[in-house]
Amino acid sequence: MAKLDSKVPAGPVAEKWSKHKSEIKVVSPANKRKLDVIIIGTGLGGASAAASLGELGYNVKVFCISDSPRRAHSIAAQGGINAAKNYQNDNDSVYRLFYDTIKGGDYRAREANVYRLAEVSNLIIDQCVAQGVPFAREYGGLLDNRSFGGAQVSRTFYARGQTGQQLLLGAYAALNRQIAKGSVKSFPRHEILDIVIVDGKARGVIARNLVTGEIERHGAHAVVMATGGYGNVFFLSTNAMNSNGSVAWQAYKKGAFFANPCFTQIHPTCIPVHGTQQSKLTLMSESLRNDGRIWVPKKKEDVEALRAHTKKPSQIAEEDRDYYLERRYPAFGNLVPRDVASRAAKERCDAGFGVNETGLAVFLDFKTAIERLGKDVIKARYGNLFQMYEKITDTDPYKEPMMIYPAVHYTMGGIWVDYNLMTTIPGLYAIGEANFSDHGANRLGASALMQGLADGYFVLPYTIGDYLSHEIQSPKVDTNTPEFEAAEKAVKERIEKLFSIKGNQSVDDIHKKLGHVMWDMVGMARTKESLEKAIVEIQKIRKEFWADVRVPGKNDEFNQEIEKALRLADFLELGELMARDALGRNESCGGHFREEYQTPEGEAQRDDENYAYVAVWEYNGADAEPTLHKEELKFEAIKVAQRNYKD
Amino acid sequence: MNLTLKIWRQKDAKSQGKFEEYKVQNISPDSSFLEMLDILNNDLIMSGKEPIAFDHDCREGICGMCSLHINGHAHGPDSEITTCQLHMRKFKDGDTITIEPWRSAAFPVIKDLVVDRSAYDKILQAGGFISVNTGGVPDANAIPIPKADADESMDAAACIGCGACAATCKNGSAMLFVAARVSSLAKLPQGKVEGARRAKAMVAKMDELGFGNCTNTGACEAECPKAIPSRTSPASTASSSTLSSRTKSRTLTQTTEPRFLGSVVYIDN
Ligand SMILES: Cc1cc2nc3c(=O)[nH]c(=O)nc-3n(C[C@H](O)[C@H](O)[C@H](O)COP(=O)(O)OP(=O)(O)OC[C@H]3O[C@@H](n4cnc5c(N)ncnc54)[C@H](O)[C@@H]3O)c2cc1C
Ligand code: SF4
Ligand code: FES
Repeated sequence: MAKLDSKVPAGPVAEKWSKHKSEIKVVSPANKRKLDVIIIGTGLGGASAAASLGELGYNVKVFCISDSPRRAHSIAAQGGINAAKNYQNDNDSVYRLFYDTIKGGDYRAREANVYRLAEVSNLIIDQCVAQGVPFAREYGGLLDNRSFGGAQVSRTFYARGQTGQQLLLGAYAALNRQIAKGSVKSFPRHEILDIVIVDGKARGVIARNLVTGEIERHGAHAVVMATGGYGNVFFLSTNAMNSNGSVAWQAYKKGAFFANPCFTQIHPTCIPVHGTQQSKLTLMSESLRNDGRIWVPKKKEDVEALRAHTKKPSQIAEEDRDYYLERRYPAFGNLVPRDVASRAAKERCDAGFGVNETGLAVFLDFKTAIERLGKDVIKARYGNLFQMYEKITDTDPYKEPMMIYPAVHYTMGGIWVDYNLMTTIPGLYAIGEANFSDHGANRLGASALMQGLADGYFVLPYTIGDYLSHEIQSPKVDTNTPEFEAAEKAVKERIEKLFSIKGNQSVDDIHKKLGHVMWDMVGMARTKESLEKAIVEIQKIRKEFWADVRVPGKNDEFNQEIEKALRLADFLELGELMARDALGRNESCGGHFREEYQTPEGEAQRDDENYAYVAVWEYNGADAEPTLHKEELKFEAIKVAQRNYKD
Repeated sequence: MNLTLKIWRQKDAKSQGKFEEYKVQNISPDSSFLEMLDILNNDLIMSGKEPIAFDHDCREGICGMCSLHINGHAHGPDSEITTCQLHMRKFKDGDTITIEPWRSAAFPVIKDLVVDRSAYDKILQAGGFISVNTGGVPDANAIPIPKADADESMDAAACIGCGACAATCKNGSAMLFVAARVSSLAKLPQGKVEGARRAKAMVAKMDELGFGNCTNTGACEAECPKAIPSRTSPASTASSSTLSSRTKSRTLTQTTEPRFLGSVVYIDN
């Protein structure tokens, strides 16, 4: 236990952050110039942190996989960003946002971090508006809001269906300004393959230049990982193709602890899988649930007719439709949290009411909304999403309902961090989706963007100063040391090994196998048996990978197959830890649903007495079992209760 | 579906490239264009050949990472979408499809279909931002902004920086991309403050990086996956000449219809 010190400040939850800020150290401008910081990732977390640290005067190096920082996965976020502004006068407050987030996370998040998140949320909106983010506005010229799942107030700010894009362009613009000033140096098309530890502290990284294949060393006084989530372990997910868990995994192997790896979010509204040639899944934003109603037919004969294409959904009478979310959860209706909506869809499809040929789809219908508001209003709200849907499926959602099904979307689990967002490796920080801290077992919609920007603009720039204030005497990090040499050598050997296998399966072939195991056995519904089996299966696939993968070409060139192979090698280990973590948690909470633990109505059954903790894993070497540490969760400002979205 | 593909292969920036022909079979019409290339690549890998390098990431039309000239069109034959959103049902069984990288002096080829678009980052670094630091800004509702202005700003802000505009332009001009950013910020009170300086700096950088001059062919607008309009309504000839002298784009002064200028120049109001 001694190893896990969350460093949560004492005092009432509402005062912790201001008190902490006034107590931690700062670095003088003259000293900041002498300190180097590496930031891995340019999503909302990384871009906002890099820009802010550059403004403060640190020397920043920022890395990303894509050809421009602007293309980070955050760009794809559609629906919106939460803040406790209470602009709608619907009695929202910092406390209510905090409460909704803790409850939505099924009481598995750290209270102090979540409160701080809610507290700084308002600053984010101010900041983005000042940067020129064109949020949606009312006719009076003030900002507009919409509602998201798990909330009864309207606190979500949005820019059409492109909120992530606009927020990221804001952060990227701030970053560009620093790049032009010379305080930040950008390294696009670079992939970090290892973290270098010197005397117990994070002191740099090993990077692969993706254009030339060159392996590079970069040193710094602190390293920040803002590398996003690891949902692609499932092969099919809504994540961008290059999203990966590799930096998190390499950090774990170097001593950073991994928290709640099994907490995965399955998003209820994605376009269903079309076939085996599919490469990724497309999200239809949760904001659609503001106006869309989810249903399946009540009668099996209608289901048959739909599957045989002898009936169109619009031909099914109102009284023959089962709006099952409105039926089961009258108080929240279509706006229940994601985990609840996903399981309810699975329940109907498992019962034989799935509406397409595969039986794995339900309807999201805008008929009522179009009748009530008119097509133009719906178009103004969701135009680009409707267009996206039509391009992919060839169906016009203004005329027939959308078909949707749950898909892997977000990982609440991640690298364990303390209140300062530092990992268990001194000098290594994790921000954004890459860390575990704020969303417990289920993230509410529009809260990931909030967290990424909160961490990068308003938390890390303060807390990292406290650490760096002790580093002002440290000289520039020398990369010609045995530690850097050893790390570089290990990376090169890993790469050479992969090329040398020359097997008979492509990286994608093996990734698909892993994906199937993860989805079937570590997915939406898990059991002791399925998880035990998954562990064995994943080990088998891992062996297969190292014996039979084929990576064409060579290292010193632009080579996308070696990039994918390195990422898959890490997923093949991470997947096993996810299964292990899920197996150890004998309860259901949020996105983690163990079939053995449910209420008679089929709701998740938490076990607060035994599992009100963060499961924190420590690596013990390739052949040893990891050690489980527990961070007990204490709730002081909130009364823990069974989640109830019925009344 | 069975298809013949003519694909540009080029080892690296220094090598000469050439077209090579490939066949793909049993492609589902519901597959995306990039999924079709995935299948080809898997076949190539299995038969001991080098897969085709192409850029992609989000595969839903928002990151701007994918590119490709398909049968002579940037982002393929369908309108208002990116290559990653193109689906095979837009083609016919038996078709021959030609696939090339962006062709533009400012976007050198890295390998096969992958090009270097860092010039676009550099243009934005020259001034595509509002100079505010983190913290210490006014309340988000302190300055009301007419809905119409916010909407127009958003229209322009939808640009994904894909490079199709410069790649399509016979002059290799990046004007649509520049105008999108400039006018998006200029529509907002926050952005007006530095408007003139921003436009000047970005246009100067564009010239410096070797992008050509805009002669209003409108080709970029036709191929832009986000339908970024090349003109916005209120523009004056007076101000267009101001800008054109900055861009050294003489032809622009003559046009009575100030296309890109319309949007770029708006900041002078
Ligand atoms: C389709 C979709 C829609 C969403 N919509 C919403 C929404 O409406 N509201 C909301 O709040 N949340 C939404 N989310 C979730 C949210 O977008 C993400 O959780 C969030 O953007 C993550 O931001 P990040 O900065 O942590 O990481 P990311 O944006 O994932 O960025 C990761 C960065 O790390 C870099 N990187 C990764 N590995 C390496 C490496 N090895 N070396 C170098 N660089 C590396 C990447 O290149 C990238 O720059 C959505 C997610 C998806 C998939
Ligand atoms: S203006 Fe259009 S074509 Fe040009 S970069 Fe932007 S989105 Fe692409
Ligand atoms: S891959 Fe992102 S826009 Fe095409």
